[in-house]
Amino acid sequence: MYAISETDMSTIKKIQGKATPIRIDNLDTDQIMPKQFLRGIDKSGLIEGLLYDLRFDTKGQIKPDFVLNQTKYKDANLMLGGSNFGCGSSREHAVWGLLQFGVKAIIAPSFAEIFYSNAMGNQLLLVSLPTEQVENLMQLAQRTDAPEIVIDVENSQVTCGDLDPMHFEISKRHQEMFLKGVDVVGMSLSYMDEINTFARKHWAREPWVKDVAALAKSRLA
Amino acid sequence: MTSKTLYQKLVDSHTVRTIDEQNVLLFCDLHLMNEYTSPQAFTGLDERNIKVPMPGQNVSVVSHIIPTHPVAVRVISDKPSALQATNLAKNCSKHGIPLFDTNDAMQGIEHVVAPEHGMIRPGMVVICGDSHTTTYGALGALGFGIGTSEVEHVLATQTLVYRTAQNMRIRVNGVLPKGTTSKDLILMIIGQIGAQGARGFVVEFCGTAIDALSVEARFTLCNMTVEAGSRGALIAPDQTAIDYVLAKCPDIVGVTREHALSHWKDLYSDKDAEFEKEFTFDASNVEPHVTWGTSPDQVLPISGKVPTPIQVAPEFKRSTEQALAYTKLTAGDAIEGTPIQHVFIGSCTNARIEDLRAASGIVEGHKVAQGVRAMVVPGSGAVKQQAEKEGLDKIFIDAGFEWRKPGCSMCLAMNDDVLTDGTRCASTTNRNFEGRQGRGAITHLMSPAMAAAAAITGKITDVRHFGN
Repeated sequence: MYAISETDMSTIKKIQGKATPIRIDNLDTDQIMPKQFLRGIDKSGLIEGLLYDLRFDTKGQIKPDFVLNQTKYKDANLMLGGSNFGCGSSREHAVWGLLQFGVKAIIAPSFAEIFYSNAMGNQLLLVSLPTEQVENLMQLAQRTDAPEIVIDVENSQVTCGDLDPMHFEISKRHQEMFLKGVDVVGMSLSYMDEINTFARKHWAREPWVKDVAALAKSRLA
Repeated sequence: MTSKTLYQKLVDSHTVRTIDEQNVLLFCDLHLMNEYTSPQAFTGLDERNIKVPMPGQNVSVVSHIIPTHPVAVRVISDKPSALQATNLAKNCSKHGIPLFDTNDAMQGIEHVVAPEHGMIRPGMVVICGDSHTTTYGALGALGFGIGTSEVEHVLATQTLVYRTAQNMRIRVNGVLPKGTTSKDLILMIIGQIGAQGARGFVVEFCGTAIDALSVEARFTLCNMTVEAGSRGALIAPDQTAIDYVLAKCPDIVGVTREHALSHWKDLYSDKDAEFEKEFTFDASNVEPHVTWGTSPDQVLPISGKVPTPIQVAPEFKRSTEQALAYTKLTAGDAIEGTPIQHVFIGSCTNARIEDLRAASGIVEGHKVAQGVRAMVVPGSGAVKQQAEKEGLDKIFIDAGFEWRKPGCSMCLAMNDDVLTDGTRCASTTNRNFEGRQGRGAITHLMSPAMAAAAAITGKITDVRHFGN
């Protein structure tokens, strides 16, 4: 199983494997995980919904032309995507679905902000590289003898075949989340005294925001 | 003292501690939840065996999966969806979090419900497991969407580990002409700067065109700013915003009122504050806008023609081809006159009372075109009650519209309001993504008045010439 909650984070220093090129810009989270798969109260069963309309026709039959259905890419554990990958809805189900499908990392020219936070928080590594470099990787991935892509998290570098090593940006915090497997909620819980002190001062300055939801609801009762 | 943007002031006033150069622990004044992005977060709390420390700063709404059929008592017949609703009620009751449940008279879309009952006040930080939380910038509150892991973080600590954004200012001079709205303005801006034009930024809007907008029009503007990829939208609170807030907040009176007013006076960007990026637009020539593609930046003024893949910049060639294949439009054709089969007036973008007034003003005395199905889904119980008090429901029903109960409905089609393959819809919503309103369905985003005009004529229509 894949690490899908912050409490069972593992340490990840390097991700390598074959990649599926998905040449779609603005691939939004509605497409990555369509509405009919968002009805659960847990994270199960999302593997079926991943990119459903692209993978299956209206009768539920596999669309053989779509890259993810091609045998050539059946062992791929990386994805190469278009720009603004993961735009739209904040649904984290998109990230859980990708992980359940076996995707460990996605390389694309750019990612939408909420999707980026969701993915990195779940140890789905997102690597942003210039469009030309992503295109080079796509060209290589399409070859029958496609070389593996190696993403070195520690040195924030991507290598593949004969291509020059490619550097990518990753914040120190996100890097540590991979290298050390940080439990973010657990860490913030250790600041609870500080948070309570802050709240008391904050409410002394702005008393009209204290219990703002509870008081509004009780006014309606 | 260094000069600060309004955004920096809001972040600073909510910083519990600095984590590193990019991240702070940010205190969240209000956390909104819905039934579908919160369950796994509550499960996480259970696994840690902790309770929500500040339940009064949280509120939940059943909004996304709720059916909107006009029945007296709503029953969610889809079993998994019903479980999401009962599960939310169970979680809220366990942690003492206020809830607008399925049959609460004030139930509605989170971003409509929260401000109308005075839960949004200038200077607050508001978050929600929903991307359209940027809406609250209209009142000078920093709002943004988060994922479920972060929902768990907020429930557990009332804070977020927050990576600070860059500052962008968008100035809009002039005043919007008659027949255009803040929906047209934001569609125009998204078209100009692109679906990732504000990625990494919190956008502050200013200028005479913004000053002239009502608070509800500002909600629409800030709501859709996320479609340019932004991490937030802000408008410095002026008298218009403050009048709105005071009218909704009966608790802010007397000494508290004086205290609040003096506090809110400081909520603006300092004169010398630095914005990493700035844009200036002129509102006076804005036309009604309509999307033609499958991304909100694929948008045209109503007088425009569907672009050809050759016309667009090389980096947009592929997406233009893919969008045209999906929307079944012909490059070079006028967007005006495109036949539609469905009209949807609703969503957190455009289902407030002013939106319904604008739409009903067009509809009054007309009939929905043959072959068109049109529906109005008010944003909340309060909006619905107000509209009925004003007789707007009667105008819509007489014209042949369906008058529904509140919810997110066909904006994302998570309930049973789903379009069939190939249906073309004039929609007041925020996303024209492939399959968003139903597999194979084609969405054209526009203002409520434009959608109303399309319902009457059966085709995409320039509302400025409607009835002439």
